[in-house]
Amino acid sequence: MDFSDIQTVEHDVLVVGAGGAGIRAAVECAQNGLNTGMISKSLLGKAHTVMAEGGVAAAMGNVDSRDNWKIHFRDTMRGGKFLNQWRMAELHAKQAPERVRELEEWGAVFDRTENGLINQRNFGGHRYPRLAHVGDRTGLEILRTLQDFCIHKGIHTHMECTGLDLVLDNGRVAGLVGYWRETGRFILFKAKAVIFATGGGGKAWRITSNSWEYSGDGLGMAYRAGAELIDMEFTQFHPTGMVWPPSVRGILVTEGVRGDGGILKNSDGKRFMFDYIPKIFASETADTVEEANLWLSGDRDARRPPELLTRDVVARAIKAEVEAGRGSPNGGVFLDIASQQSAEFIKRKLPSMYHQFKELAVIDITEVPMEVGPTLHYFMGGIRVDSNSQETNIPGLFACGECAGGMHGANRLGGNSLSDLLVFGKLAGDGVTNYINNLSNKPQINNLKIKEIITSATDILNRDEGINPFVLHEKLQETMQKYVGIVRTGDELQLGLEKLEKIKEDVGRVYAHASPQYNPGWNEALDLKNLMVTAEAVTKAAFLREESRGAHTRLDFEGESEEGMKYNVVIRNTSSGMVAEKRHREEPPKELSDIAFATLSELEGESSGS
Amino acid sequence: MDRKFKVWRGNKKSGEFISYSVAVEQGMVVLDAVHRIQTEHASDLAVRWNCKAGKCGSCSVEINGKPKLACMTRLNDYREDEEITIQPIKAFPIIKDLVADFSWNYEQNKRIQPLKIRARDKDGNHRMFQRDVERIQEFRKCIECFLCQDVCHVLRDHNKKDKFIGPRFMIRLASLEMHPLDEADRIPAIKEEFGAGMCNITRCCTDVCPEHIQITDNGIIPLKERVVDKYYDPVMWLYRKIFKRN
Amino acid sequence: MNQPTGGHKQGFLSTNREDRWWIEPTLTGLGFIAFVVYTTWSMLQGEYYWWSAGQEGFGGYLSPFYSPLIFINPTVAGAAPAAHAWLGSFPGWWPSLIPMTPAILILAGPLSFRLTCYYYRKFYYRSFFLSPPGCAVGGVTQKNYSGETVLLVIQNIHRYTLYIAFGIIAVLSYDAVLSFFRDGKLGIGVGSIILLINPILLAGYTFGCHALRHLSGGRMDCFSCPNGKEKFKHKLWKGISSLNDRHMFWAWISMIWVAFADIYVRMVAMGNWTDFNTWSL
Repeated sequence: MDFSDIQTVEHDVLVVGAGGAGIRAAVECAQNGLNTGMISKSLLGKAHTVMAEGGVAAAMGNVDSRDNWKIHFRDTMRGGKFLNQWRMAELHAKQAPERVRELEEWGAVFDRTENGLINQRNFGGHRYPRLAHVGDRTGLEILRTLQDFCIHKGIHTHMECTGLDLVLDNGRVAGLVGYWRETGRFILFKAKAVIFATGGGGKAWRITSNSWEYSGDGLGMAYRAGAELIDMEFTQFHPTGMVWPPSVRGILVTEGVRGDGGILKNSDGKRFMFDYIPKIFASETADTVEEANLWLSGDRDARRPPELLTRDVVARAIKAEVEAGRGSPNGGVFLDIASQQSAEFIKRKLPSMYHQFKELAVIDITEVPMEVGPTLHYFMGGIRVDSNSQETNIPGLFACGECAGGMHGANRLGGNSLSDLLVFGKLAGDGVTNYINNLSNKPQINNLKIKEIITSATDILNRDEGINPFVLHEKLQETMQKYVGIVRTGDELQLGLEKLEKIKEDVGRVYAHASPQYNPGWNEALDLKNLMVTAEAVTKAAFLREESRGAHTRLDFEGESEEGMKYNVVIRNTSSGMVAEKRHREEPPKELSDIAFATLSELEGESSGS
Repeated sequence: MDRKFKVWRGNKKSGEFISYSVAVEQGMVVLDAVHRIQTEHASDLAVRWNCKAGKCGSCSVEINGKPKLACMTRLNDYREDEEITIQPIKAFPIIKDLVADFSWNYEQNKRIQPLKIRARDKDGNHRMFQRDVERIQEFRKCIECFLCQDVCHVLRDHNKKDKFIGPRFMIRLASLEMHPLDEADRIPAIKEEFGAGMCNITRCCTDVCPEHIQITDNGIIPLKERVVDKYYDPVMWLYRKIFKRN
Repeated sequence: MNQPTGGHKQGFLSTNREDRWWIEPTLTGLGFIAFVVYTTWSMLQGEYYWWSAGQEGFGGYLSPFYSPLIFINPTVAGAAPAAHAWLGSFPGWWPSLIPMTPAILILAGPLSFRLTCYYYRKFYYRSFFLSPPGCAVGGVTQKNYSGETVLLVIQNIHRYTLYIAFGIIAVLSYDAVLSFFRDGKLGIGVGSIILLINPILLAGYTFGCHALRHLSGGRMDCFSCPNGKEKFKHKLWKGISSLNDRHMFWAWISMIWVAFADIYVRMVAMGNWTDFNTWSL
């Protein structure tokens, strides 16, 4: 093969991924006058953002005027167990309201308050009703809005095109090699900068709300190129995924069900969350059914129901109930909104949940409770980026959205992902613009590297025999599900690592016969490389963090340790393989730590936004 | 229990139905069966899918001749001994196996004039009321599975893609035209370029919509009526002349 | 083995559907044909459309197919008295080729409303024009399908036929009132109830009309601008919309009932059926 013949496209910046973060970043780049390319593995508008249901968190104070950015910031830091990058959490809380208003300008049609403003709903970990939403399909609304907006911005969108690896020039970004899924042909993107917006890697687990696209592509590509990953041990298990029928196990049941009054019950019919309120939240959580009901009916002085505790708390509580033998018939617990709200209310506020259960499980959620259990949902960790510019430690490589780490710390609050992708999508676009404007010379392409990338991809097709990539993927999923689950122990993680080593060897022997044209077997085999990086990074980081904090729970190290707050785990690619190390956290700016540790009354009622 | 499936395999030039038999379990949907076929028999069987929960609209195929989402079609909707036929959609060109080329649709969206929103209120907010946005929120539920485009006989049988933009984009137009704060007028384009008159309201688009959007009654017919207002109604014409309204 | 790409069959009536998709268009088609055949016969027949037990005063049953009476031929069996017609007996210049039946003068009105109705269009395009006969079933092969843009642009007169339908409801309501009188005496009979239900069903159909839904409020982009208060128009639109949801149901029930009302009056007038009523007690 003559590599000078390879199809070559040149852009100032290439955005990898066309979910919410990717499109938002591309829009910003295009509006800043850059020649912008965007690739996505799927068709435009199909990205995983559509699965976000509950809403986008932004302290607009439309429903409760006491809300402001400082309280949003405080909630985010407390939810993240103070491991978040302070500056990121600050930018996020300050800029989210304007990003949401801007979306409305671009065509999003949010649900309204009585006064005609954007309505906001309650969600776990958020002190006030803060989630702008559209029923339970907020993600779809946001993605479609961005999609319909971006097609008029002169962005070059390349659909069904997958990234393989970055091409560097003296340590800085020069481009990226990818392939068209339709033809299997390779393509070289020459670009001065690349933005990764590739999402997480949840497909390494068996029970997950993530789709096939979530194979950790950005994590894998960035890692191989030398970028650092951060906070990888923090994988969020959403407490409520479907558990039955088996084929849909893991599909998300929105937190909005609980926000709108749904309660969790065990097989004894007991509302068990009252038994699992952690000390840190005790003063802000209702301890009686009566008070929880008062809160639901809109009493501003009542404390919130325990079902709305942070996701890690609820997920562990469900797991504990199931393990104590008080689970539902199919290994979950009951989520009951039928007894709490009228059928008409449920259908209006949670239409897609209603249809999801009706059509996939033949269950009417307005009449009977749902069966739910934890499902891997989100990566708090990801590529380590600069808080202001979203640039990684590789010059010219930027990351935003789920594939970037640092914003959410040890646990993410519901609704903070949609606001994350809007805020940091825009900031990444600005960061790139700044980088390119200050670039003195154009990066050069290294043909040898291109050859290496392409050969490693075509090897899979050229083998005569080998391992079935689908079967190997299932093996990886079983391993992660078993050894790197909701609660972890050092022994299991060690065992998991050994198993992963074997799978890694097998990844080098996968084969996919037939032509490369729209060949899912080949596509899967290529994705496996990135899934392996993801799985290994999570396991190694989890092993290193010897405490329980946020979404990371170690049975052999209960509770948070004093030391645990002082470092982040960073993953690096070294000549001797993947290394996990503790990176000391810098002291936070005083004004931010004052806010994070303030009492609510000190912060309420100040103006929102920056 | 094993079940039989007849899957179309091929590309632009040629192809054939191939029968597969795979084990199925309780609660499985057609997409699960396709994945089993991939794992056990044909790793290169091409199919599009993403969310597997009816929210992204990727897995549009024709099952026993009906346009459907493979992820939302349960196997127990069919008789146990029945061989289930799975084909790509018809109205658009084939790429491979169950994957079709939807690029025409993406081009159509670019032809539509985007939202032209009124200036914000003095406090920086836009004000709209729930009862005013509910109508367009129905249209915005669309997941762009393009099943309506596939089943629409104007596109499917008559291939009038140059004359009619299709049901999906009629409701996109409706969502803009009925937006409380929109200031653009797309009615002339809806009549001429986008071909509202080509639709003969036989409602197959509504029948196949997995989001249960009332495409015809709430989207296309109201647009047709707006076209009547502007072009076919002398009373309205007179009213506009006298009161100088648009 | 080569098949058309995608394994789809091509051409008229071709489909890979395995369900009995043809049942619905066949049944609706046959049902409508039955209605049209009966209506045409009843219209041309011109007799037995009125009954008042031989009394000539205020009141009596009048078949809805014949209402309003413009000209009358009072000499035929079962005819209304000449005084009931707006313009009396058929004039001398009436062309001999056209049957002297009052129905022929007015049936075009309701027919035009139904034929341009958005629901009827759906089913007759499916059942009769076979364009398409069913979803994902090959339609009639047409060189240049033009939908409702060329000849069928006439369908856009639907909102005018709507005004005609309002008139018909008014007239039939008046007939319903008449049916509670016989020779000036108030009473009630099975026929009165049938003729009373008739305009109610017709109203259910007419007030759920798509064109009315548009005129009542659908044409506005904002129901509550500028102050957020709900306007009457929105309530009206909501009401019409909920009728419109079941437009098909109202279309059929009102159509069947109007034919049944004609049959009832005819049978009673012919003496085949006995009308139970208070007058004969």
